[in-house]
Formats: sequence, structure tokens, C-alpha cells
Amino acid sequence: MSALGVAGGVLQAVVIVGGAPLLLGLMRQVRARLEGRAGPGVGQPWRDLRKLVRKQSISPRGTTEVFRVAPVLLVAMTLVVAVVAPLVTTASAVPPVADLFVVVALLAHATVVIALAGLDSGTAFGGMGASREVTVLALVEPTALVAIFALSVPTGSTSLPTIVGTALDDPQRLISPASLLAAVALAAVIVAETGRLPVDNPSTHLELTMIHEAMVLEYAGPDLALVELGSAMRLSVYLGLFTSLFVPWGIATTATPLALALGVVALVVKVGVVGAGLAALEVFLAKLRLFRVPELLAGSFLLALLAVTTAYVLG
Amino acid sequence: MNAVGWGLVSAVVVALAATVAALAVPRRHRPAVTGVGVVAAGLLGTVAGVVATTGTTWSVARPDLLPLIGLELDVDSLSGVFLAVGGVVAIAAGTYAIGAARHGLDGPGVQAALPAFVASLLLVPAAGSVGTLLYCWELMALTSLVLVVAEHRERPAVASAGLWYAVMTHAGFVAIMVGLLVAAGAAGDGSFAAIRAAASGLSPAAASPAFLACLAGFGSKAGMVPLHPWLPRAHPEAPSHVSALMSAAMVNLGVYGIVRVGVDLLGGGPSWWWVTVLVLGAVSAVYGILQAAVGSDLKRLLGYSTTENMGLVLVGVGACGMFAAAGSRALAGLALTAALLHVMTHAAFKTVLFLSAGSVLHATGTRDLDALGGLRSRMPVTTAAFGVGALAASALPPGAAFVSEWLLLQALIHGLPAPGVVPAVVLPLGVAAIALTAGLAVATFVKAFGIGFLGRPRGAGAAAAAESGPAALTAMVLAGLACVAAAVCPTLVLPTLAEVAGGVVHAVPAVSGTVAIELVGVSGVLSPVLLVVTLIAAAAAVVGALRLLARRRDRRRARLWDCGAGPLSARMEYTATSFAEPLQRVFDDVLAPEQDVDVSHHEESRYLVAAVSYRRELPDRVERRLYTPLLDAATAWGRAGRGLATGSVHRYLGYGFVTLCGLLAWLVVTR
Amino acid sequence: MLSLWRAIRRLGRAAEPAPAPPVPAGPAVAAELAGSVQVRHVDAGSCNGCELEIGAAFGPVYDAERYGARLVASPRHADALVVTGAVTRNMVEPLRRTYEAVGEPKVVVAVGDCARNCGVFAEAYGVVGAVADVVPVDLEVVGCPPRPETIVAALRLCTGR
Repeated sequence: MSALGVAGGVLQAVVIVGGAPLLLGLMRQVRARLEGRAGPGVGQPWRDLRKLVRKQSISPRGTTEVFRVAPVLLVAMTLVVAVVAPLVTTASAVPPVADLFVVVALLAHATVVIALAGLDSGTAFGGMGASREVTVLALVEPTALVAIFALSVPTGSTSLPTIVGTALDDPQRLISPASLLAAVALAAVIVAETGRLPVDNPSTHLELTMIHEAMVLEYAGPDLALVELGSAMRLSVYLGLFTSLFVPWGIATTATPLALALGVVALVVKVGVVGAGLAALEVFLAKLRLFRVPELLAGSFLLALLAVTTAYVLG
Repeated sequence: MNAVGWGLVSAVVVALAATVAALAVPRRHRPAVTGVGVVAAGLLGTVAGVVATTGTTWSVARPDLLPLIGLELDVDSLSGVFLAVGGVVAIAAGTYAIGAARHGLDGPGVQAALPAFVASLLLVPAAGSVGTLLYCWELMALTSLVLVVAEHRERPAVASAGLWYAVMTHAGFVAIMVGLLVAAGAAGDGSFAAIRAAASGLSPAAASPAFLACLAGFGSKAGMVPLHPWLPRAHPEAPSHVSALMSAAMVNLGVYGIVRVGVDLLGGGPSWWWVTVLVLGAVSAVYGILQAAVGSDLKRLLGYSTTENMGLVLVGVGACGMFAAAGSRALAGLALTAALLHVMTHAAFKTVLFLSAGSVLHATGTRDLDALGGLRSRMPVTTAAFGVGALAASALPPGAAFVSEWLLLQALIHGLPAPGVVPAVVLPLGVAAIALTAGLAVATFVKAFGIGFLGRPRGAGAAAAAESGPAALTAMVLAGLACVAAAVCPTLVLPTLAEVAGGVVHAVPAVSGTVAIELVGVSGVLSPVLLVVTLIAAAAAVVGALRLLARRRDRRRARLWDCGAGPLSARMEYTATSFAEPLQRVFDDVLAPEQDVDVSHHEESRYLVAAVSYRRELPDRVERRLYTPLLDAATAWGRAGRGLATGSVHRYLGYGFVTLCGLLAWLVVTR
Repeated sequence: MLSLWRAIRRLGRAAEPAPAPPVPAGPAVAAELAGSVQVRHVDAGSCNGCELEIGAAFGPVYDAERYGARLVASPRHADALVVTGAVTRNMVEPLRRTYEAVGEPKVVVAVGDCARNCGVFAEAYGVVGAVADVVPVDLEVVGCPPRPETIVAALRLCTGR
């Protein structure tokens, strides 16, 4: 546990928790502008959260503690990833947890917890959302793990700080075919895992087309605030990880205030640009039919496998 | 005689005494006597195993004890691991057995078989010669067979499962016997020490068939595809504590056999042996979990999950052999450590899962997930136990299997630079298989837990369920605690396991560390306990922040949102079948489900529908393609044979006459 | 994709300039909601005229979302119920349940003349009464159907923006 790691952990927690709703606001704003709207402003998700926290909690009859604990666990697991992953600094606050497998599996676990909450409510929509979410998860997980495998081959380690550090030392590796293929595969993973178009439509009102939203239809008040914050944090953390792995420049390698400030600014700018790009791209996409989604995910799995093979043959 | 010897001998003596006692004591006390006997034997076996893993060996040879072959026991640290695992599972299963004496289960035969089964489970890894191993193996097969068919009067499926089990386990026995006899014949002696000494001089022409025969025999015991069909039949139909013993302890011995024979006795062998093991393991893992993911029978699902997990272990064993053959001993040690750890974690979570499934079955009368649900309020301890087991089985952090699968993945990742084209092709595919398995395992256990225990009851049985008795609860809590321990502090056992694995492949221990798991020689570190601490801290921070910010402290209870209509009935809930439907569709080509929709119309008009019936069946495709033709051929052969036996004495005399003439003619020609 | 991009370029901004913010005379809960109102729409028996106008209010031209109002799928997520139409017999119970499903603090907006006083459907055989007869109403929007501007103005009273 180094000073750099601890500083990074604290800063990352603050930046991710504070910035995740703003990122969501930014993405909605970009989308609104492209649709010819004025948009509610970047701060709207924060206003939503503030209001939700002030509202009354509701426990639907028949639900158990799984339903009540799930939002807390969702945020907690995402928060752990936000703290340990190298986003602002190359060092990690808790190095023995900063493993790429741990991070990806922990984010998957957060999804599972919400899926269980959906099943716990015992409504048709809760079960439907859980079924779909878990199907997507089951198909995304392999891609994520194989892509990680491809990234870890050149460095011989799955430790995130090591992978990011190696990429900083040897930037040529980032434009190797293996790295590029893995980047595309991971991008598909992120889109599917965070419920963005074309896998899921985050702004749908129709239950039958929902994936993520259908599971959380029963949540209200502070619980819903946690679910929304958790989802926003997931998106930020995934994008942060993506940028750290493939565009690591600007990340702090020393614990000086200037380097840390630069690291924070770099993270915010990189994630903001990628997020805005994603939002702009979404305007041009329609949601895929549910049973076309596996084809997309199978394609990304193939890319990840190709990345491993390339890493071995060319690396 | 040292502690290992005392522990093992007294465990076996206690178990056999319990067997005898079960036949003698009246029906009322029988379950308690056998249950306590099994627990005591398990405890003693665990002690012996744990002491043995620290490096204490013990061996004994008593030629007079068993007829013809004698008894040779030889306990080393590898045996110790499997002894300890078997012992711990026996403790939980024995505790459960005390309370599980429903009708049909307290007969003298069934009750006597249970301690004998446990004794055989402890003796197989301790066997020190081919004869002893085969003897104990057969004892294990027979006693478990008696236990599998214990409830044959209640359900017809039990008899069919028993038949499958009996045939396949004996076919496996024959394979093992052939394999070991080839090896022993080449060595000139049946003791393991002699075979080990003669292994270097063994020609590949003898060694490879011996290994392949043993792989088939041991692999079928471990539920390896395509020799698995008995497993998803026998494990669900057996009483649940027996399922736990079989799924968590007995299948491990298949892995033990492969490691013992392949790595230890035959000294490693060529790379292709192990590529075969790895590929078969990977196929088993994916196939097993795929069947589990779309199944809706709770215990059958767990049985398929056993095939999956043993497949993962075999991937580790295969990788170990491959690395050893390539000369990278350290990596071989790492892979074997991962495999052994997965054996342990699988034993822990499969015990708790089968015991809680048994508790559910007892309380609701069904193991069909489509008719379960809403058990949280009715069976809180069972639900918690199954939840812990499901978390462990789904390989998500901070679950138990995550640690072992992480270790396995590390072994495969670091193995990629190993020389040769074969690793470059096989290892990524291995990782892909593990990855696919991990994703599907999540879906499987979200379904099993979420549909089976949460929500509202989908059937009358589930609605009327009540919590099981104290013995079952104690057993589940014990097994659940083992799961939690395996998840939080695997570092308690990992260095020991690494030493055991290192001893088997002649390498330094591949893992060290007390707080974090640190790989030796390659980079990689993981700390499950720190992960748990960080998670708890994060959750506490979230709850604290929420308390601070929330303005309204009251929590209102409200009716479920039913779109204003309602009331919601249980039939509107998602079932296990509907939950898995998208996955089933995705893997349609692999699973080949058989479904038909029957629409019957009213007589008056074709436009008026009277009833729609939908039927879906997911046959085991390997079984359908491989075994059905085989069985058909056997049946046809039997039919043809019947034509020869008409019952006419003249005809039989004629057969004898023809045979005798033929024999004489043959003698004339050859002499 | 390129044609869509050209359409975006050509169209530019479709939203009309925002009128002056409302004088703070909305319901008391507006302060507590502070700029964010999730809206659940309930059709209690409308002729779908009001629905068209609500759709227009949330469309690009009037863009109610810029004031912090958003349509949601579940009353659990909602702060405001927008009810249209005279309440028909079959919708009395669902409307009441929807109202109960919303967590405190909440507002009910009756949109259109039918919701206010049953309009042309008053005393029809299937109509029970106005929305206010079933659940407490905080705001009313006049019109048959009301113009999108008036709907947006009512929602702005709730969000306070």
C-alpha cells in the first residue's frame, strides 16, 4: 500500500461518485442536442438523486432482505472497483485486490445482485428483466475474461497496475493488433454490461423492451437513488478502466499534487470524451432485438479469442 | 503407528462398527447410531488427512487381512488431501443423516451401507496397491449403489438411475482394472511403490493404453463427458446426504485416480495424454454447466454442475501434466494446486447445496424449480445456506470457487509462453472454456437461488413448506461455514496444498502468503480477505452516507406494483424454464431441445381454440447420440440371442454336438 | 447514417426558446422536489387527445425534459401522476392503486377538461367522476385538449424551473 495508491484510491472514489451522475448528464445532454432538444443540463442526474434520497422508502410486500440489500451492494461493489482500479494513479490503494479478473467479476457480481432483487420482487417484469440481464451477462463474461487474457499475455500478469504501467512504458504495445482487437471486444462488453444501445435502451418506457430497467421497477426513493447512482458509477468505472487500459496517458505515476491533479483532469477529460462519443454514436443506433444480441456478443467473443491468438503469434 | 495411522484405522473401525450396529439396533435408534458413526469416522478421517498433508506418511501391509490380495495402505500427502475432503464431507452428511430418517431410509440395509460407504471413501485414497485400490473401489461402488436405490419403492426413476449407475460404475471398474493390471504386470508387482519404480522402464506401448484405460475408468467416476450420463441420474435420485457424499467426495476420487496413476505412478507420460485430459475437462465443464443452465430439476442441475466442476479440475490436472511434460515444473505445481483447491471448494459448496436441496425436497415434496419459490420466509436457514453455496458455485468474488478458478486461470495464463504449438492452441481454448463456464454458472445459480428460494411460492408444496429439523440445519450451517472459510481465508490451506502439489510434480510450492495469495516465480497476487474487508467497508460507507442524507426514515410497506390491476398470481411469475429460455434459444444448436405445441380446436369451428398444450424436453444430447444406439445394439443382440434359446433340449444337445465337433476339427487342423 | 447526420445538421435546434420561469406559486412539494420531477402518466378514460398533447409536450419542440420533468415506466419511480380523461368505472381502482404506489412527496396533475370535470363525458354511464373524486388533485390543466405549452407550464410549476 503506497502513498500514491492511497491518494489515488481516495481521489478516484470522490471523482467517480461525484462525476458519474455528471457523465450520465453529459451523455443525455449530447443526445438531447443531437435530437434537436435543449436538454435538462448536465447536473440533472444529481438533481434526480437529491430528490430521490429525500423521498420515502417503500418495501413491497413479500420482498426479502435481498431486495433491500441489493442497492447497497451494487454501489459498494462498484465503489470497491473505483477505489482499487488504477484510474487516476498507476498504483492501487489495495494492490492484492487490483486484479483484472477480480474487478470484472466484481462488476458482474453487482449485476447479479440486482437480478436477484428483480426475482425477489416476484413480479413478471422483475423476472423478465433478471432473465434477460443474466443471459446477457452469461454471454458477456466469457468475452471479458478472454479479452483480459489477451491483455495479460504481453505483461505476463493480470494485475491492473502492472498492465497499465507496462502500457505507459511501452506505448507501442497499445497499437499492436492484439491490443486493438481486445479493445473492440472490451468495448462491446462495456456497451452490453452498462445497458447502452444497441443492447439495451436506457431511456425506454416500454416494459417489454426493457432489460435493466425491468428489474428495478419496484425500487423507490433512496433505494432507487442507490440503484441509479450504482448504474452511473458502473458506466464511469467501465469507461475509466477502458481509457486506463488503452489510453493511459496523463495517469499519475508519482504522488505529487501536480501529478495527481493532472491525473484527475486526464481521467475526467478522457472519460468525458469517450462518453460523449458513445452518446453521439447511440443516436445513430437502434436497439437490437433481444435474440440478435447474442450474435453481437458472440462476435465480440470471437474478436477476443482472435486477440489472444494474435498476442501469442505476434507477441 | 503414527497419528495418520491411528486416525485412519480408527475411522474405518468406527465406520464398520456403525455398519454392524445398524444391523443390530432397533429401527428407532438406527439413524442416530449410523449418523453418529459417520460423523465420528469423518472426524477421525479428517484428522488423519490433515496430519498426512503436512508430510507425515504412513503405510502398512497385511497380506493376511483380505483374501487373495492382502491389504496394503500407503498414505502420503496427496492421499491426505482427499482423505481430509472426504472426512469433512462425511461430518456434514452424517449430521444430516441423523435427521433424515424418513420412511424407506431407516431400513437396515440402507443404514448399514452409509458408514460402509464412508469407510470406502476414506480407504480408496489410502490404498497402496492395485489390489487394495480395486477392492476398496468396488466396495465404494456397491455401497453407494445400495444407497442410490434406497428410495426405489417411491419413484420408478430411482430403479432406472440405479441400473445406469450399476452398469457404468462397473464398466469403469473394468477399465481401471485393465489399466492398473497392465501397469502392475509390467512392474511385476501390484504395490504402488513397485509400479512407481518400474515406470521409467515402461514402454509407451504399455503405458499409454494403461493410462487411457484408467482415464476412462476414473473419468467416468468424475462425471467426465462423454462418460457422465449416470451422474445426473444417480445423484438426484439418491437421498440428499448421499448425493452430497457422492457429489462432493466420491467424484473427487476419480480425479485422485487420474493424478495418482498418471502423474505419480506412471511418472507424467507424454504431453498428449494431458492434452486429452485438458480437452475432455474443458468439454465436460462447458457441457455440464450448459445442461445445468437450462435444467429445472434442482438436484439434477446440481449433478450437472458437478460434471462442470470436475471438468474444471481436470483442466487443471491436464494443464499440470502438460506443463510437467514440457519441463516447466513450477507451473505444473501451480496448475495442480489450483485443481486441488478447486476439489476442496467444490466439495464445500456442493455439500451445502445438496444438503439444502434435500431440505427443500423434504419440506416441499418437489425438486422442480418451476414449482418452488418463496422459501425465504418459510425456510430461512435453508435459504441462507443455499445462498452461500450458490455464491460459491457461481465463481463470483467473494465466493469460494472464484479463488480456485482465479488460480486456475493464472496457471493457464502464465503457461502460454511454454514452448510448443500445442500449448498455444490448447491454453487459450482452455481459458475460453473456463470463461464460458463462469458466465453460465452465474446464470445457473442465479436461477437456482432466485427462482427456487425468492419471490412467491409457485406451487402448493412450496407454499406449505416448513423449516427442516435441527440435525439438517446443523449440517447445513457446518457446510455453509466451510464455504465461507474457503472463500475468505483460503490462505489457511493453500500453502499446504501447494506443498502437496509441489511434492507430486517435484517442484517448489507454487503459492505462498498468509494474507494474500502470492504466486511463486510468476507475478500474481490476490487477497480474498482484503477484498471482503474492502467490500464491507464500502457497504458501511454507503449505508452511513444514506443515513446521513435521507430525510424520511420511515419505510412504507406497499403492495407489489401490479400495473393497477391484480392481484398478481404466482402463475405470472417467471419460472425456471422461462428464466432459462433465452439461454436455451442461444444454445439451440448445441442442446437440440424437443418441443411441440398442440392446439386442439372446438368441434364447431377451427377458429375456436379449446386447449393449447406445450411440452418441452431437453434430452442429454451426448446420451441420445452415443448411448441410445449402443443400448439399442445391445438389445438387438439380446433379441437375436433369444432366437437360439428356444427351450428345446434337442437343440441344446445339438449345440453341444456342433461345438464339440468344431473343437475336434480345430484340434486336428492345428496339431 | 450519413443521411441521419445531414438531417441533424439541417435541423439544428428544434426546441423553442424557453418562456420565462414560473412565479413560485406551484404546489408546496415543488420545493422538496427541487428541479426534478419523474412523471407517470395514467389514462383514466381519455379520448387520447390529451395523450397526443402530452406526447408533444415531451417532444423536441416543447421539450419538457429541459425543465427536469421526465416520463418514467413505474409509479414507484414517479413523483407526479399526470392523469387524463374522466375516470371510468374500470379505472377507479387502478388509479387509486397507482396513487398509492407513488412514494411521498407526490403531486397529481389532472390534464384536460375531462380530468377536471368530466367534460363532454359528464354523466355518461361508464364514468364515475372527475379525477379529484378519486384521488386528491394538486394541479389542473385546462383545455380540451390542453395546449402543450400549458402542460409544460404545469410541469414547470412542479419542478420549479
